[in-house]
Amino acid sequence: MTTPFVQIRRPDREPKKMVELQVDGIAVSVPEGTTILGAARTIGIDIPTLCYLETLRPVNVCRVCMVEVEGSRVLVPSCSRAAEPGMIVRTGNDRVKHTRKMVLELLASSVDLSTTPGMAALLDEYECDPERYGPPAPPAAAGVRDAAVCGHHTPPNPDFAATLAQPPIVDNDLYVRDYAKCVLCYKCVEACGVDHQNTFAIAVAGRGFDARISTELAVTLPDSACVYCGNCIAVCPTGALMAKREFDMRGDGSWHEEKQTSADTICPYCGVGCTLTLHVQDNEIVKATSPLDNGITMGNLCIKGRFGWRFVQRKPEAGSQEAGTGAL
Amino acid sequence: MEETDVVFLWGSNARAAHPIWFHHLLKGIHNGAKLYVMDPRRTESAQWADVWLGLNVGSDIALSNTMAREIIHAGLVHQEFVSNATSGYEAYKASVESYTLEKGALLTGVPADVIRDAAHTFAKADRAMICWTLGITQHHDAADNVLALINLCLLTGHVGRWGCGCNPLRGQNNVQGGGDMGAIPNKYPGFQEITDPSIQARFEKHWTVKLQPEAGRNLTQMLHAMASGEMTSLYVIGENPVQSDADGHHVEQALKGLDHLVVQEIVMTKTAELAHVVLPAAATWCEGEGTVTNSERRVQRCRKASEPPDGAKDELWIIAQIAKRLGHDWGTPTAEEVWNEFREVAPEFAGGMSYERLDALNGIQWPCPDESHPGTTFLHERLWEKGEKRGPAAPFTVVRHEGPVEMPDAEFPLLLTTGRRLESYNTGVQTAGYDSPLHWGEMLDISPEDAARLGISDNEEARITSRRGSVVAPAHIDRSLRAGMVFMTFHFPENVATNLLTLDVSDPKSGTAEFKACAVRVEPSRALAGSAHT
Repeated sequence: MTTPFVQIRRPDREPKKMVELQVDGIAVSVPEGTTILGAARTIGIDIPTLCYLETLRPVNVCRVCMVEVEGSRVLVPSCSRAAEPGMIVRTGNDRVKHTRKMVLELLASSVDLSTTPGMAALLDEYECDPERYGPPAPPAAAGVRDAAVCGHHTPPNPDFAATLAQPPIVDNDLYVRDYAKCVLCYKCVEACGVDHQNTFAIAVAGRGFDARISTELAVTLPDSACVYCGNCIAVCPTGALMAKREFDMRGDGSWHEEKQTSADTICPYCGVGCTLTLHVQDNEIVKATSPLDNGITMGNLCIKGRFGWRFVQRKPEAGSQEAGTGAL
Repeated sequence: MEETDVVFLWGSNARAAHPIWFHHLLKGIHNGAKLYVMDPRRTESAQWADVWLGLNVGSDIALSNTMAREIIHAGLVHQEFVSNATSGYEAYKASVESYTLEKGALLTGVPADVIRDAAHTFAKADRAMICWTLGITQHHDAADNVLALINLCLLTGHVGRWGCGCNPLRGQNNVQGGGDMGAIPNKYPGFQEITDPSIQARFEKHWTVKLQPEAGRNLTQMLHAMASGEMTSLYVIGENPVQSDADGHHVEQALKGLDHLVVQEIVMTKTAELAHVVLPAAATWCEGEGTVTNSERRVQRCRKASEPPDGAKDELWIIAQIAKRLGHDWGTPTAEEVWNEFREVAPEFAGGMSYERLDALNGIQWPCPDESHPGTTFLHERLWEKGEKRGPAAPFTVVRHEGPVEMPDAEFPLLLTTGRRLESYNTGVQTAGYDSPLHWGEMLDISPEDAARLGISDNEEARITSRRGSVVAPAHIDRSLRAGMVFMTFHFPENVATNLLTLDVSDPKSGTAEFKACAVRVEPSRALAGSAHT
């Protein structure tokens, strides 16, 4: 059999058509398929968002990035709505600001956003007053929220603002799940699922205010399908998912991001060649990440890259024969 | 990978051993690629396959030759490519003629219609690739196994094209780079032949020293030379052969017999414990500078993130100091200076890879001869060119099925194969240092059938004995194994020295040891001494 035509080089991609639109009065030209958020970023307009990440398919759930499109009855999520020819977009008029303020206030009244980077400034910018919904409800006991059953709702208590407050789940040595900080952005579910890891250890369980991220049947992580790649931690925007090392250091007050330096190197394990960004504090590696724009990793690592670097900083104890193996 | 149509993942559990590479394969699968996994175990990777070919250990050549015969007989050979760009086709064709589907099924244990389907799917695909790991190379006929897979790609024209080709997935972050830089016995930097007098003359001029003209010994040959007393001194850098090599007792004896053993290491390994001199080294990947080359030939920079512990020295400094004491003053070269010298002596290979460009492009795939060159995404494109540009033909190589050296018999009725698990790495020097919920320690994976027959229950201590040694490990009943096969790793040598069992038999062409097949006997510990039961 002779193949009549053999493609050698990478198949040519159709050059993308350009789309002309207007964002905040500025004319923008972007390739077809670009989102409104992407178009705005090309001209230096940054629209805040919690659930959007370049390496994940948008799920448009956080509603922080809503913008006005002329002719559209409702606001649209800029992270997932594609730019269309002739669109006139307003990213910061009164209507948009008002909505964004409400979304942020509702989130801040019910979720602990204390470790969400940039959130304090955002709440200030939009003059949010999360306390106006009343004092926060007392925290749920461990496991209570995980036991919520679809359709069985407790009547709301008007004296308190409903919250997700609950104790953090520490069920393994590598990471902590602090769902009091979870805004249900789905990023961890996406990263664990088809977008990257394809392990499907976690999903959203429950409905309405009971919705939460859960392992199958809410089992502990060691009993779940989790393979501890930490790719969920890498995408979490609020610190709800955190490496235990960082969690512990924050707990005892020794986590000082301002003192940390970082360097990009290559993972010392298999031959894939993942770039590791090592975050170092006081000459100790405290965290490993990978750049989102790295073609090999897209920000992902496996358990060895994410956590397996302790061997370079084990301090030999005086008098002991510190061998690198077998100490289990 | 993400845009191919058919992937043969052959002798590789990449889901566990190369997890981030597997992400790209999964993208390919989500884009519609068909995945065939050839592995005696139904691994985590095989669970993603459209078709799993659970072949017998060591029957890879039989399987590929059978596929080749089927492709030839079904008229699916890429005639144009074979006649233009290859040599030795007729001899190859004759050599596979006896591998009928029936014979193939008998040798491999894979049903004939499954072999036929895999062969047809591969040959008819527009783009197809074969990716392999140590399941192919840790055999006594390793090189032949690889050649058998290359033959399949040549036969079908799946080479030198986008989305096609033969892709060995390297097991270590710089095993490719070691070869690139000439840390192999028969090549100068940039894979230039040691035995070629003109190349040798060029290197002698550059280094202003006389070079010995013979290829050196590979690891396996070195061990034999040590055992026979021919080799008396050894300088080991960052390797733990006492625990990583096959037939551990033999290795330890060979090292103990040396007049002088120097080990340069970042931690005190079992090998370092035997040394006359230990040179404490910085961990170059994060406490020093340098480059590594990954499986796709991408050279990337390692950068210093933290300071080494007191007393540990930069590896380049150590080597330069040793050179100085041997009478060669190299000064104190930086990693970049050494790299630039490499670019100078191997210009066709790496001339265009300055540190600036490596930074700017997130690494570059060799060859990259000059600074305007973008690097090479895939090799062998020339085979599709016309006339002189095509260059020398790619040869078919006749290979024959032999099977493992040691087959199960009445005394040692099970076949042990070894490999890796996700959370651990090689002899555990690095991975024993972190806490992981996945660290279960060493286990003997055994099929439910064999466990039932031997009266071994899950988690029960079992004694595993081969002709060379005997170890004890808890049994783990694993449904991914077929009866007759057991599986272990060598991640926890302090607890279970798996490589006391394995065979010191290696491939004469590549020197790789047959880690993948050795005959063993398994018994419940309690049935033996009585007191060993925990």
